[in-house]
Amino acid sequence: MTRPENGSRQDAPLQQLESLDELWFQAGGTLCNLSCNHCFISCHPGNDNFGFMDLETIRRYLQESQALGVKEYYFTGGEPFLNRDMLQVLEETLAIGPATVLTNGTVFTPSSIKALRAISEQSLYSLELRVSIDGYSPQTNDPIRGEGTFEKALEGVRMLVEAGFLPIITMAQTWPEEENTRVFETFVTTLKETGYQRPRIKILPTLHLGMEAERSRPYSQAERISEEMMEGYDSNQLLCSRSRTVTDRGVAVCPLLIETPGAHLGDSLEDASGPFRLDQGACYTCYVHGAICSNIGGWGVE
Amino acid sequence: MSSSSPGKIALFGGIYANHLALEAALADMATRNITGIYCLGDLGAFGPNPDKVYPLLKDHGVKTLAGNYDDSLARDLPDCQCGYTDPRDNHFARLSYQYTYRNTSEENREWLRSLPGEIRFEFAGRRVLLCHGSPRRQNEFLWSSTTPTHFLQKLCKDYAADVIAVTHTGLKWQRELPSNKLFINTGALGRPENDGSRETWYTILGEEGGRITAEFIPVSYDSEALAIEMRAEGLPEEFSETIESGWWTTCLEILPAKERLLGRY
Repeated sequence: MTRPENGSRQDAPLQQLESLDELWFQAGGTLCNLSCNHCFISCHPGNDNFGFMDLETIRRYLQESQALGVKEYYFTGGEPFLNRDMLQVLEETLAIGPATVLTNGTVFTPSSIKALRAISEQSLYSLELRVSIDGYSPQTNDPIRGEGTFEKALEGVRMLVEAGFLPIITMAQTWPEEENTRVFETFVTTLKETGYQRPRIKILPTLHLGMEAERSRPYSQAERISEEMMEGYDSNQLLCSRSRTVTDRGVAVCPLLIETPGAHLGDSLEDASGPFRLDQGACYTCYVHGAICSNIGGWGVE
Repeated sequence: MSSSSPGKIALFGGIYANHLALEAALADMATRNITGIYCLGDLGAFGPNPDKVYPLLKDHGVKTLAGNYDDSLARDLPDCQCGYTDPRDNHFARLSYQYTYRNTSEENREWLRSLPGEIRFEFAGRRVLLCHGSPRRQNEFLWSSTTPTHFLQKLCKDYAADVIAVTHTGLKWQRELPSNKLFINTGALGRPENDGSRETWYTILGEEGGRITAEFIPVSYDSEALAIEMRAEGLPEEFSETIESGWWTTCLEILPAKERLLGRY
């Protein structure tokens, strides 16, 4: 199959936005205190390709989202908790619906944890904290996320658990698939030993974009969705059938593709409600593993 | 507003083959001037001898709609469509589904095939919509802590209903919505609701001062006898433990943070 230079493929299937259930915010932009070598949008302390989202902008989209019936709000980055407005953003979000934050777990302080607990307790809705840790030990995690990050993130988990949270630990699968069960079980043991008695762990596939394309490999041309593949497929498995991602410069189709030019669909949620052509390698990962970004769904260890 | 009382209606879902709780609930309803009984689906799963549920529903004229479990059994699907990804949850879900499939007669599976996906009726001049998970998706979980009020308002508008009642999650809750609308999750009749109590629940819809009300009714039944029957059937010890302790021991992955924190595991 030939593919034009600009990466678009007119024969790729179009996916409609069936309902806007999940609204994602690139609250931390591409700014992060870490420089993980598998980051699919190459976040690091100096990457201001996308900046922090300000409170006013987020408020505007929260307002617009209600009439559209959005069910869940997600905040990602970069590291969202580097954004000074984050606690206020969460308080205002949790006044209208459930919120999930994807964090590296290394920037919590006793006072931010205390504030999070208060915000969570006063809301009818759940506040989920998803902490990225990519190995069950410093030896397996730190080569990917950076020296000392395992202990720092684990300390973040400890603080959250002590404050009454049940964080979801997400691990990007950088090991061979046949090791999944061993990795999962080893990490459960480690987490229990550190005081987290009911660990929730979610293993995610890596995305061959950004730094990860260099660390492992880029997507191959074969890793694309075709029209035939969509026959009989439950399109609800694709995040773009029920989600959009707001950045500091408009609305993108999903959190994986914010750097892909054709994935920016408009300025308002309504503008961005049109269909998306599933012509990216990341679409293939979403197709195979299903809704990997959401709290529920995605990939399990069998 | 009509001057005559619309009566009272009983709703429940998630029987999960708990025929003893169903029997106790039906006996309780018989004492309360109930004018209609509706089951919101998931007849089998988790409990013993699933075929015992069907004659109870038929004999009492319970109007029943299909849940995801019923749909799986009816269509010979390989799993219950709960969508678990956690390995432990999947293990128990598989045991439960395989047992239920093996022990549901072809005649009863045929009956499941005849069930509608939703039921609509008017009650006290309001449009009531009953379904299993949500009006738009049979296996959608609507938990209290992850379901915004504005989302429920949109469901009422999109699906032309004033009262929506669902089950599927196993935890009961209700929320009054603006414009005199009401959303109800009836919880489960077949499994205690992860609060350390053995009771299970059904719902009575009534009318008071022009408003529709939902009252959750606790059901006490012989849970020890059920646990004995479950063990005799070789069902996992974890399932009988839930019946005896009131705490969920499996399929916990799907619980959002607030609901998970209320349980023991």
